[in-house]
Amino acid sequence: MVVAGVLTGLVYGLMALGLSVIFGVVRVVNFAHGEMMTIAMYAATILFAALNVDPFLAVLPIAAAFFVFGYALQKGFINPFITRPEHSQFMLLVAVAIIMVNGLLMVFGPDARNVQTDYQLESFEVGKVLVDKARLYAAGLAVLTAAGLFSFFRFTLTGKAIRACADNYLGAKVVGLNVKHLYAFTFGLGSICVAVAGCAMVVLVDVTPGLGPYYTLLAFVIVIVGGLGSMGGALLGGVLIGVSEALAGLYIVPSAKSMFSFGLLILVLLFRPQGLLGRKA
Amino acid sequence: MNRRAAAGLLILAALLVAFPWMTGPYALSVATLILYFAYAGQAWNVMMGFAGQLSLGHSLYVGVGAYVAGGIFFHWGIGPWAGLWVAIVLCTLLGLVIGFLAFRFGISGVYFALLTIAFAEFTRIGFDHIAPLGGPGGLFLKVAQRDTIDLLNFRGPPIMYYYAILALTAGAFIACWKLLHSKVGYYWQAIREDEEAARALGINVFRWKMLAMAISSGMTAIAGVFFAFYYNNLFPEQIFNISRSIEIILGPIIGGVGTLFGPILGAAVLTLLSDGITEAFAAMGLDIPGIKQVFYGVVLLVVVMFLPHGIWPAIARKLRL
Amino acid sequence: MKRRQFTQAAAALAAASAFSPFGIVRAQSQKLKVGVILPRSGHLSFIGQSCQKGADLAPGVIKEMLGVDIELMNADFESNVDTARTRAERLIQEGAHVLVGPFESGAAAAIAQVAEQRGIPFVINIAAAPQITEQGYKYVFRNFQTAIDIVRNGLVLMGDLFQATNTVPRTAVFMHVNDTFGQAMAKGIGALFPKQSHLPFKIVDTISYDPTARDLTVEVSKAKASNADFVMLVSRLNDAVLLRREMVKQRWNPMGIVSPGSPGMYEEQYFKALGKLSEHSISNVPWYNPNAKLTKVVEKAFLKQNPKDKLDFHGLNVGFTFEALLVAADAFKRARSTDPKTLRDAIAQTNITEKMSLGGPIKFNAKGQVEGIGSACVQNLKGLPTVVLPKEAAAAKPVFPAPYYKKS
Repeated sequence: MVVAGVLTGLVYGLMALGLSVIFGVVRVVNFAHGEMMTIAMYAATILFAALNVDPFLAVLPIAAAFFVFGYALQKGFINPFITRPEHSQFMLLVAVAIIMVNGLLMVFGPDARNVQTDYQLESFEVGKVLVDKARLYAAGLAVLTAAGLFSFFRFTLTGKAIRACADNYLGAKVVGLNVKHLYAFTFGLGSICVAVAGCAMVVLVDVTPGLGPYYTLLAFVIVIVGGLGSMGGALLGGVLIGVSEALAGLYIVPSAKSMFSFGLLILVLLFRPQGLLGRKA
Repeated sequence: MNRRAAAGLLILAALLVAFPWMTGPYALSVATLILYFAYAGQAWNVMMGFAGQLSLGHSLYVGVGAYVAGGIFFHWGIGPWAGLWVAIVLCTLLGLVIGFLAFRFGISGVYFALLTIAFAEFTRIGFDHIAPLGGPGGLFLKVAQRDTIDLLNFRGPPIMYYYAILALTAGAFIACWKLLHSKVGYYWQAIREDEEAARALGINVFRWKMLAMAISSGMTAIAGVFFAFYYNNLFPEQIFNISRSIEIILGPIIGGVGTLFGPILGAAVLTLLSDGITEAFAAMGLDIPGIKQVFYGVVLLVVVMFLPHGIWPAIARKLRL
Repeated sequence: MKRRQFTQAAAALAAASAFSPFGIVRAQSQKLKVGVILPRSGHLSFIGQSCQKGADLAPGVIKEMLGVDIELMNADFESNVDTARTRAERLIQEGAHVLVGPFESGAAAAIAQVAEQRGIPFVINIAAAPQITEQGYKYVFRNFQTAIDIVRNGLVLMGDLFQATNTVPRTAVFMHVNDTFGQAMAKGIGALFPKQSHLPFKIVDTISYDPTARDLTVEVSKAKASNADFVMLVSRLNDAVLLRREMVKQRWNPMGIVSPGSPGMYEEQYFKALGKLSEHSISNVPWYNPNAKLTKVVEKAFLKQNPKDKLDFHGLNVGFTFEALLVAADAFKRARSTDPKTLRDAIAQTNITEKMSLGGPIKFNAKGQVEGIGSACVQNLKGLPTVVLPKEAAAAKPVFPAPYYKKS
């Protein structure tokens, strides 16, 4: 069961990764994060229904589309808000989230949609432990994407430029970096993470229009616990939350397991606000 | 406040007092709702606009206030006037604790907002498990016949509730006005503009911030008590929900954070907008679930983008108030 | 005292006007305006829209059955209690003579207060919180079981199920969602289960879970570890799907999944999402009688309006929403007036035997609650929710334990 917690946690971590990247660099609180993932999930179901494309393959076109979408969103809407107070940013994205959720309701109706692949309900037997196939694949995808993102930031020029912006906004501008473009690029990257997480998640969970807010909150918990701006932190945070919820469910009343996560969030915020792997601001 | 503003305010007050006699029960219920959000928004505004702390978990105080007063009434039959004080004290303490933790550990901005969300969510799930308060099944307060006004138990026809919330909102407005124009208000302004400079000047930032937190949470508690006795049923899932927190802050943000009239105007605009869109769609014969909220979201978006300081400052400037 | 006299006078007046020639003409040309408040958006949207189907087909069927014209005024309360209240006020202002709705207990309580305050009768189609009819309201009526009734009937049906299939499960694990409904049911089970002497099993573990949880691995693990013979489940739709899937993933095959009364397993989504895995799940819920004359009429109308759908999936939602409107229309026919007080008294006198839900005739007690609504044991067979008990209403024989059962 801990295994299941770890695997699910990795997928959560991937979603949180997108948020961490965005918040770490652009410093915008993306309260529409969960809704974006919901849209990705719907996209995956459409591709599956229409063309019988397995979500893990649908990742590629969907991620690409999301990059463009994220880039446009940042450049078009969010850019002017970077210097605005947090509550304005928050309001902007809440409005975006409302539009997304209800737009989805209008287009797709209230019924849950899902993807039915062959391996969805199978499990591997590893010793005494049953490992859920779908979860394993999803987690694998998450790790792969995270690794990809990590190497991007480490080894490419753009990646380094983005990191520079995050570290020192003014300095970056002085050096001549096109910060606006880089911010948008980062948002695009974050959106890719969200898209991939969505494709992975749709194999595990059915999608309904109102799925977003729950995941947005979860992503924030993970990002704070794991550490803003730290990719490893996001994944670690995801795993931690996944496992702690599993254990809390086991030893305490399952319906209270989220309480544990929020309690953890409070503790982290108080005693180690930079998160487990984050750097001190 | 200049003569124009004072005159405008008096006219508005007169209109509001006469309102129930001019309109029907539907309008009255909408007006009551507007005033509720105006009041709650005003309370939140103290923390945000005056002390600069973004609280996204204000439903915590509404919920605790409601459950405390409601629970006391439910279990021991003690009327809301007693429960009110317990609720205020408890919520003020809660606000102080959160404020203290935030200050002590240097949490501000987004992190503070997330802290408040965490507390609200934690409490929500917690209350789901408190059986004596009904748990997720909800707390249902006994509703007596509502023809006669029973102030002691806060029961009566809708008009009574309207005047009650009107009094609360007016009281909050006056109280905030007095606070803003007092020494405390100037301290708050200084802290909001530049905290470092304020501290350098010798202002005890901690004390004044705590005061704002306390006032805000205490005021919100009263909203909770009102809610409990107006709706007469409480569900943790609904009352502590983050969507409720968001509802509370929509008014002040759209109306104008930090202003006195902003929350009231914002609450009015938003509620009327919401109902207005529903009516418009009904009149057009369009019956697509979800479309109204999309429009609502778009309007929100537009306002936030083009009127970053809220509607009220723009209007006030135009009217030269 | 005064009230009763007034009621008698009103009844006399109503009777008098019924016999006067003007009264008859008035009744025929009058329409009953019914405010239908349902959650068609928000998190309850799919149920609200399902109930709406029941409302939409009602005017036609009722016109044929009773010769009465009803006009629907539809309102969406967006799964939000504040909106429920203002929508109810709005409908009353626009001239609704009676209100019907809302599926959710919180909204029902809010609307009930408005209805009581304004003196407009309110017929609840579906809402299980017992407190709603305990408040002493005069204008609120509920044609649905309270959580206690649901549990009682559900447990009795369980006993019947085991008898009919000649099985004797020894242990059960009780899993329930921790929300308003789930908790009311759990309370009911806690109170009634120990008194049921004819049930052969013990509850070895109770596992409650968060309604918003997307991952129920832990819960299913715990349940599996209890080694219970079968699962007693009170759930909503999404968690029922999650649980069933998780059971397969964890390779746990108990005798079956039996609900003492909850939504989820008989809904279309459950079948769509699980395909073959949805087979053999059992729900003991208030349901319509497939053999009733009225059911066949309603089904025809339903298929006409929703050709691609099946009534079976919407049995509960459509059935009870339709009946709520039937109650309003029937009262209107007898009262021959749209005056709310007269209507209210007429509703209190309701005695409808020609109905579609199982159980005795629709009759309200002094608290406005119907007693004697029956539940059915509905099993998922061949991709459709099928009534298997009681025998008189059954379309097939119950299958228990399920074929996938593996003795561990």
